[in-house]
Amino acid sequence: MSARNSQLGSQESTVLQADIQSMYNYLDFEKPVADLDGKILELKKLAEEGGALDTNDEIVRLEKRSGEALRDLYRKLTPWQKAQIARHPDRPHCVDYISRLFTDFTPLAGDRNYADDDAVQAGLARFNGQAVAVIGQEKGSDTKTRLKHNFGMAMPEGYRKAVRIMELADRFNLPVLTLVDTAGAFPGIAAEERGQAEAIARSTAACLNVKVPIVSVIIGEGGSGGAIAIATANRVYMLEHSIYSVISPEGAASILWHDSTRAKDAATSMRITAQDLYELKIIDGIIPEPLGGAHRGRDAAIEATGNIINVALKSMGNMDREALRQDRRDKYLAIGRNL
Amino acid sequence: MNWITNYVRPKINSMLGRREMPENLWIKDPESGEMVFHTDLEKNQWVVPSSGHHMRIPAKDRLKFFFDNGVYETLEQPKVATDPLKFRDEKRYVDRLKEHRSKTGQEDTIINALGTIEGLPIVVTIHDFNFIGGSLGMAAGEAIIKGFETAIAQRKPLVLFAASGGARMQEGILSLMQLPRTTVVVEMLKEAGLPYIVVLTNPTTGGVTASYAMLGDVHIAEPGALIGFAGQRVIEQTVREKLPEGFQRAEYLKTHGMVDMVVPRTELKTTIARLLKMLMGEPATEKVVETEAEEPAVPAVVEVQP
Repeated sequence: MSARNSQLGSQESTVLQADIQSMYNYLDFEKPVADLDGKILELKKLAEEGGALDTNDEIVRLEKRSGEALRDLYRKLTPWQKAQIARHPDRPHCVDYISRLFTDFTPLAGDRNYADDDAVQAGLARFNGQAVAVIGQEKGSDTKTRLKHNFGMAMPEGYRKAVRIMELADRFNLPVLTLVDTAGAFPGIAAEERGQAEAIARSTAACLNVKVPIVSVIIGEGGSGGAIAIATANRVYMLEHSIYSVISPEGAASILWHDSTRAKDAATSMRITAQDLYELKIIDGIIPEPLGGAHRGRDAAIEATGNIINVALKSMGNMDREALRQDRRDKYLAIGRNL
Repeated sequence: MNWITNYVRPKINSMLGRREMPENLWIKDPESGEMVFHTDLEKNQWVVPSSGHHMRIPAKDRLKFFFDNGVYETLEQPKVATDPLKFRDEKRYVDRLKEHRSKTGQEDTIINALGTIEGLPIVVTIHDFNFIGGSLGMAAGEAIIKGFETAIAQRKPLVLFAASGGARMQEGILSLMQLPRTTVVVEMLKEAGLPYIVVLTNPTTGGVTASYAMLGDVHIAEPGALIGFAGQRVIEQTVREKLPEGFQRAEYLKTHGMVDMVVPRTELKTTIARLLKMLMGEPATEKVVETEAEEPAVPAVVEVQP
């Protein structure tokens, strides 16, 4: 509902046209589109093989139908469908944003205590020429990189690295930009041993303490404490089909209904979509995605994100250090008080 | 145990009409299986005298034991929006709230209490686990903020007793927002130069440990308390191996450097008073001399962790 009213978000955006290509990893609910695209592909193959029939008209007709089907589906997405889009394997991830939005990206590694955590990418970079600190969660895009990044689920050392980078940025007066995409902090024995809870708490505290601007974008999944640890910012934005929640829909379903298959209901009840969070006055805006989701137009989604970050940084350009910190604290204290 | 303690004593008690007895006069110690008479347990702050097992103590009982002469005043629960998500699981969240309010006689899980310990004025912010598992939602978050703001305004240290399963899922993302919200006031208390002591009791997990419960100047855990970020079932499913003995228990957290000390409930008050007086620049509590002092009063010693 609220997506339509938000100053930033709209699926009907004309600026961002989907650059629909032939084959994607279709989600279950996209079956009608997948079927049509399959037919189109077959016809194209036939044409290439020099079939006698003229397939052009049919292809054009099918492409139009496929586009309409996609438009229809994405016009009325359920929260559960959005969760699937937010987790889509082809969705642009942190590293894609970093490589396209920044120059001079120089990764910095390690928490200076125990290890480096590849689930958290961090470093210094230039954004439109301006030096900034970047912190993001990376899920990986194939088996090898997913394992390397632990599927985007950070260990305590990941959050301690984030704290290190935030404090560095604070000392040198650099804005902090965070890209949030995690199912949650890693739930494991080693993580508990090394104080996962404490690491998250300290990272959230660091976000609240630094006296530089922090802009945070939920690019995929904002999974609970694992997300808030780096998403406590002056300005928080969500991609149109991203989600942000206190627990995964599956986790909520298994606790509330003792049935993890009711994730769909949980997704709806918990209000996890960007539109929900905007309505609840928790986020500052929604970044439009191309028709069919960010994975169908990666450049457009990333570019739109860059534009918003730019606007957000500019809006804080005149604030002094104390004001920046106070703004962040006031913002969080106000959440929920005006509902 | 024999028929005299089991049968005759309660009978006599009831004949003497000492007071109205709750239904369960005998409570089983989950550790040893021993049956303990409830007044003995209550007198010992719900710690089984023989085994030392720490049972869950109602928040109000704890406050009574903790403050000097059991005297304290409470702060009013700040008003918050009720059920903005219109949440419903097996029952409506508003009904669940109503139920717990009538069961506990409290507005929500957090109670803020003002009083003194060994003469030192402090603010206590305490979770009552009986209220929806001590879960952290908007009401709890707002109450915690009020507790800390009161401590800052009155320049008093804050002692927080945590007992919570974590964020209150029925409030969705609004419960997650209580992590940064409570962290704001923790940082403000620290900036005001006031001490913040956290007592981690059984259980303290999830979003509560991932925010204010792990940001204390001193962390004290009660023996055997379950303390952690992720639930044990979730961890088992993720790592597909058996969890080590004593995993996420108070003693395990001490070994791994997450808490300063494990202190039995009956010694919490003296330990906390001793620490706070040192941090607040107050003189040590004078020892109450019961008999002729044969040896000089031993100065309070704090175990220093490397």
